[in-house]
Amino acid sequence: MTTGPRPPPRQLVAKLRRALGGGAGWNGFFLQVLFVVLLAWIAYEVVANVRSNLETQRIAAGFGFLANNAGFDVNQSLIPYSQSDTYARVFVVGLLNTLLVAIIGIFFATVIGFLVALGRLSPNWLLARISGGYVELLRNIPLLFQILFWYLAVLGALPPPRQSISLLGTIFLSNRGLVVPTPVPQAGSEAVGIALLVAIAASLLLRFYARRQLFQSGRLITIWPYVVAMLIGLPLIAALIFGAPVSFEIPQLKGFNFAGGSRIIPELVALTLALSTYTGSFIAEVVRSGILAVHTGQMEAGSSLGLTRGATLRLIVVPQAMRVILPPLTNQYLNLTKNSSLAVAIGYPDLVSVFAGTSLNQTGQAIEIIGITMGVYLLISLVTSAIMSFYNWRIGRSMGA
Amino acid sequence: MKRVSFVLALALAAGFSAQSATAQTLKTIKDRGMVACGVSQGLPGFSVPDDKGNWTGIDVDVCRAVAAVIFNDPTKVKFVSLSAKDRFTALQSGEIDLLSRNTTWTLSRDTTLGANFTGVTYYDGQGFMVRKSLKVNSALELNSASVCVQTGTTTEQNLADFFKSNNMKYEVVAFAGADETVKAYESGRCDAFTTDASGLYAYRLKMTNPADHVVLPEIISKEPLGPMVRHGDDQWFDIVKWVLFAMVDAEELGITQRNVDEMAKSDKPELKRVLGTDGNFGEQLGLTKDWVIRILKAVGNYGESFDRNVGAGSPLGIARGLNALWNKGGIQYAPPIR
Repeated sequence: MTTGPRPPPRQLVAKLRRALGGGAGWNGFFLQVLFVVLLAWIAYEVVANVRSNLETQRIAAGFGFLANNAGFDVNQSLIPYSQSDTYARVFVVGLLNTLLVAIIGIFFATVIGFLVALGRLSPNWLLARISGGYVELLRNIPLLFQILFWYLAVLGALPPPRQSISLLGTIFLSNRGLVVPTPVPQAGSEAVGIALLVAIAASLLLRFYARRQLFQSGRLITIWPYVVAMLIGLPLIAALIFGAPVSFEIPQLKGFNFAGGSRIIPELVALTLALSTYTGSFIAEVVRSGILAVHTGQMEAGSSLGLTRGATLRLIVVPQAMRVILPPLTNQYLNLTKNSSLAVAIGYPDLVSVFAGTSLNQTGQAIEIIGITMGVYLLISLVTSAIMSFYNWRIGRSMGA
Repeated sequence: MKRVSFVLALALAAGFSAQSATAQTLKTIKDRGMVACGVSQGLPGFSVPDDKGNWTGIDVDVCRAVAAVIFNDPTKVKFVSLSAKDRFTALQSGEIDLLSRNTTWTLSRDTTLGANFTGVTYYDGQGFMVRKSLKVNSALELNSASVCVQTGTTTEQNLADFFKSNNMKYEVVAFAGADETVKAYESGRCDAFTTDASGLYAYRLKMTNPADHVVLPEIISKEPLGPMVRHGDDQWFDIVKWVLFAMVDAEELGITQRNVDEMAKSDKPELKRVLGTDGNFGEQLGLTKDWVIRILKAVGNYGESFDRNVGAGSPLGIARGLNALWNKGGIQYAPPIR
């Protein structure tokens, strides 16, 4: 009789039991189903209860209000908006204002954070103490007071528009904001735009080529002179051939305010300053901890190779520190985005101020509006952390980790 | 496991909490021992605390009158200070029983908020205030000006309407709180400040140099300010409504805080009805016979309250104007108590 190994029994039921219930078997499976049903029933009851309560009190419910006329104006709007637009458009205007503050704030906070962290680690005693003082001071004062300080103390010091400080007669600074000439596209604008894009693409290709040469044959090519020449030269040639790309609309003082030109409102400046400096102090500590987490041997190895302190930091230490820095850095970016909701204290029309403030008060539909606002902030935060995770993955990949 | 079941129990309780019986506001208040009254964050003449924390104002007087008819004690009021943003949610959620916070009576507020207006304490209108140094004499000269306004109020919408219908441009600077708005206007961030005319006079008093500012003559909207109660409790609605009417009726009949005892002994049928000697009008409301006497002893009649808080006897010095009685040139008119 041929006795080879027989195939193992199929055991379909046992495998199914394992898949559904895990180690607890069928009991585990039924308990899970029961739990899900219970959760769903609770959620349904809560929602039904809220709806019936709203109906008994005859408070308006539902999202139909988004199509209603808003009836109020907004100070700063990145898209065209007037008072006869709907609440849905108000929502978009507020969202864009919040994103504007968040992006500008994140950029400056990162720059400030890295500089202050490196300053704090510097062997220069004065620089280290000043950076340390900056961090201690700004970390420990509540953000709302800092925002009010920048708004009241700084902007309060600016002159009224009729006595505004003017630079070259075209840029005006007053307590209504910074008014700059608006560029108006002219005949040559398309050609110059295309030339600029071509220059950028060529620069990126040049960088790619130079890196390949460096890693394959060890040849170091300095590309920055070529990049600068292309970025300036190509658009310039296009402008000379096709004509000037822009002409400027100069602002003029008419009556109470300036007519013409673009205005950066002081609320935006105060909010961005406060958010950047405050979050910058937290980011400085995050970066410092990341750099200190890298073994000191790396710094010594760099200087033993003859690299300066700056080059060692840039090429060896900070790339390794980024693995430690990125997760808490994501936290700080999310904090900055959420802290921008304090804009309502100084009259900057961000999402919370125009949507969860004015619109909520006028329509009275608190639950829907707060729900939408919470959902949007959650979405912004998830997108930010997704971007940072992707960046983290790329760094990890290039480090061979 | 213990923590999970605790959280679960909390969630169940929250989800299943029965709607607090809305038709029993009076009973709830009597059990609690105080009337919870929503007021502003400090508007002189309407609801403002002094340095010892005592609230005064024409809106506060309405609350005290309501407490007086229920408890015979005008001090049995809990004042909840609310901003323009959270005043309606406080009323909807039951945190306060009565919102007496210079709120304008509009259609959308009467319908979508689940609340009712019980009457008009003060007929007001929206105006503008500018610095005298700007040499502006009319709101129509405010083209391309910056205007400070408190966010989430009818003021914002009226402002937009006014500038649009007069084809003028403007920059709106909207703040969450009244104090920040006034501070921004004073610091020069805006050229003009807009709110109800009574508010303009009130806030001007709070400024460093009241004489530097002038209120422009245009009134650009109707702002009937009155108290609000929740939908669903008709008895409570009637009580608050008739407390205000009683104050106006008392002024019409010439009953004041000082002569109310004397008038109670009068033989005139009207006075006997109003002051409780005849009939059972107080009981019909769920109150006591001497309900009007309680009101008058607590805060006086409408004219006395007006004079003391916003009129000739106060720093604001606002004339009666529209708020005079119907037979004295104004439009304050209360149905008869019979």
